[in-house]
Amino acid sequence: MSTVQPNGPLLGLKSEVTEGESFSMPKGAEPSRRTWMITCGAAGGVAAAAVAVPFAASMAPSEKARSAGAPVEVEIADLAPGGVKIVEWRGKPVWVVRRTPEMLESLKGVEAQLADPGSDRKDVPVPEYAKNQHRSIKPEFLVTVGICTHLGCSPVSKFAAGGSDGMTADWTGGFFCPCHGSTFDMAGRVFANKPAPDNLEVPRHMYLSDTKLVIGRDEKGEA
Amino acid sequence: MAAEKVVQASGLLGWVDRRFPLISLYKGHLSEYYAPKNFNFFYFFGSLAMLVLVLQIVTGIFLVMHYKPDASLNAAGIPVAFASVEYIMREVPFGWVIRYMHSTGASAFFVVVFLHMFRGLIYGSYREPRELIWIFGCLIFLCLMAEAFFGYLLPWGQMSFWGAQVIVNLFAAVPLIGPDLAVWIRGDFVVGDATLNRFFAFHVIAIPLVLLGLVAAHIIALHEVGSNNPDGVEIKAKKDNNGIPLDGIPFHPYYTVHDVVGIAGFALIFFAVVFFMPEGGGYFLEFNNFIPADPLVTPSHIAPVWYFTPYYSMLRATTDIFTWVMVASAAIAAGYFWVKQQGLLKVGGAVAMIVLAVAFRVFDAKFWGVVVMGGAVIIMFFLPWLDKSPVKSIRQRPGWQKWLYGVFVVNFFVLGYLGVMPPTTAGTIVSQVGTVFYFGFFLLMPVWTRMGDYKPVPERVSFQAH
Repeated sequence: MSTVQPNGPLLGLKSEVTEGESFSMPKGAEPSRRTWMITCGAAGGVAAAAVAVPFAASMAPSEKARSAGAPVEVEIADLAPGGVKIVEWRGKPVWVVRRTPEMLESLKGVEAQLADPGSDRKDVPVPEYAKNQHRSIKPEFLVTVGICTHLGCSPVSKFAAGGSDGMTADWTGGFFCPCHGSTFDMAGRVFANKPAPDNLEVPRHMYLSDTKLVIGRDEKGEA
Repeated sequence: MAAEKVVQASGLLGWVDRRFPLISLYKGHLSEYYAPKNFNFFYFFGSLAMLVLVLQIVTGIFLVMHYKPDASLNAAGIPVAFASVEYIMREVPFGWVIRYMHSTGASAFFVVVFLHMFRGLIYGSYREPRELIWIFGCLIFLCLMAEAFFGYLLPWGQMSFWGAQVIVNLFAAVPLIGPDLAVWIRGDFVVGDATLNRFFAFHVIAIPLVLLGLVAAHIIALHEVGSNNPDGVEIKAKKDNNGIPLDGIPFHPYYTVHDVVGIAGFALIFFAVVFFMPEGGGYFLEFNNFIPADPLVTPSHIAPVWYFTPYYSMLRATTDIFTWVMVASAAIAAGYFWVKQQGLLKVGGAVAMIVLAVAFRVFDAKFWGVVVMGGAVIIMFFLPWLDKSPVKSIRQRPGWQKWLYGVFVVNFFVLGYLGVMPPTTAGTIVSQVGTVFYFGFFLLMPVWTRMGDYKPVPERVSFQAH
């Protein structure tokens, strides 16, 4: 067994100042270095973006969610005048209301009180066939998404005119949102000076026959 | 050291720097942190380990967006957890890439960490003053094994279920409290929904947080003393007039750029696996795990994932007969304490070894198998105090010690291979020999590292400019 002298104190506390050159950073600008820096930086940026794409895309709706968002067919033969049917489309309630002639009459007189009677605002898109006073293809049937355009609660139906159902005496019929008090008329148009800024959304829809309606699809294709 | 002039940076940087030590952190850990200039291939694996950690966390976050830890059966009769993994693979856009990155990343983590530890072993990176870096590292390794084990239950396949069943039953082998302990760990009398949910919590939140903390501590401890190098030379022993180590180069830009090359090489291999062989021949994604968990049917061949197999071999090797080998070892150790030590250590050591020898026969071999498996990992904590050689690096060790390290590596691979195979008589004997060698290598280190002719440690590192 032989013994060996280890090299100096391992902690290096007693370090010596020695003759010799440590490395030194090059001084001044170096054009070729800058070229490489930019090239590598650009390549690295492209790589980072490429890597980010699958992760960001994975957050998009999956095939299952997409199929769950498929169009929904509704039978309307059994809907009585003045009645409403609620169906689920893309997780949201869609109301199909069969309006009486009196309800359609009420749409004219109330326009002065509405925020956007002509459905001109762009924030909530309106299909061209719904850009009219009754906001639907057939005047008799209203098809609208039952989500208040303020913060997303579902308004309740207040079809009776007048003050019998907790509304004011000059109420002509429509919908009332309990969360913050927004009101909508029988065509889903929002009253002025209320928290909600937009009329209720009209989803793309079409009539497959006189008694069948499909929500989420129209002549132009699927929504 | 150069005179410290307090220069205030201007603009936004200055505003931040007056409130947060940004510039001094940058200098202390990057632009003025000096690392030895002679790092070789084995020095890539620390930064690669950090990369894989980030990769696992990011892919893990995106997997958790879609995964459901629920062992109950859905309408089609498939466990919800298993079905959610298939949902990720088939329906989530790019879900399959993210899942394969995570599963390949788990195996890659162990490849990288084993090579990182091997570097520490051969260059003596655990020696004074770096013992604490090594200890944090061993703790990270333990956490990594736990993290992999908890994560493996989540897909809720046959291998997931039965692997967890077996490992939790290991704890049932603890004398006296074992069975109650196993019930407490499982949250139920068998591995089930309760177990799945708590393993999910451990895998996603508890252990990652601990890992991040330990990695931070590991790097802070490293930066405090500076890195070792393949020649085992302490570069801080020779500094120039400015206090800069002669053999040191600033981490940034030299090693930041250098590590990018390492990352590129790693990415090439990693993504080749992800895109072309993500199942790794059945080693990265085991075939049995494509079958939903069935508590009533055990697959004919259960093996742990490949990175646990060396330790699994040692567990299986600890049979009733093998405990006699352990008794003999304890008896020899008792003899050593009695003959070679004085005073308290002489008596206390001998008594402790005799008690141990008796205990080896009193408790079941099943229990000692668990102890041996755990001990194989725990023994690494003691490496800084077991190694009594006058040099750090293998480069100055006698030739026969280099062979010894070679045999250690081969032995580790052999144990790993045997752990994958079903048990055979010959295989058991080989693993027993391998286990004895593994423990002998470490426990007898104070003896064999004091033997042989060592070369003198050089004054300066060996470095060829290129």
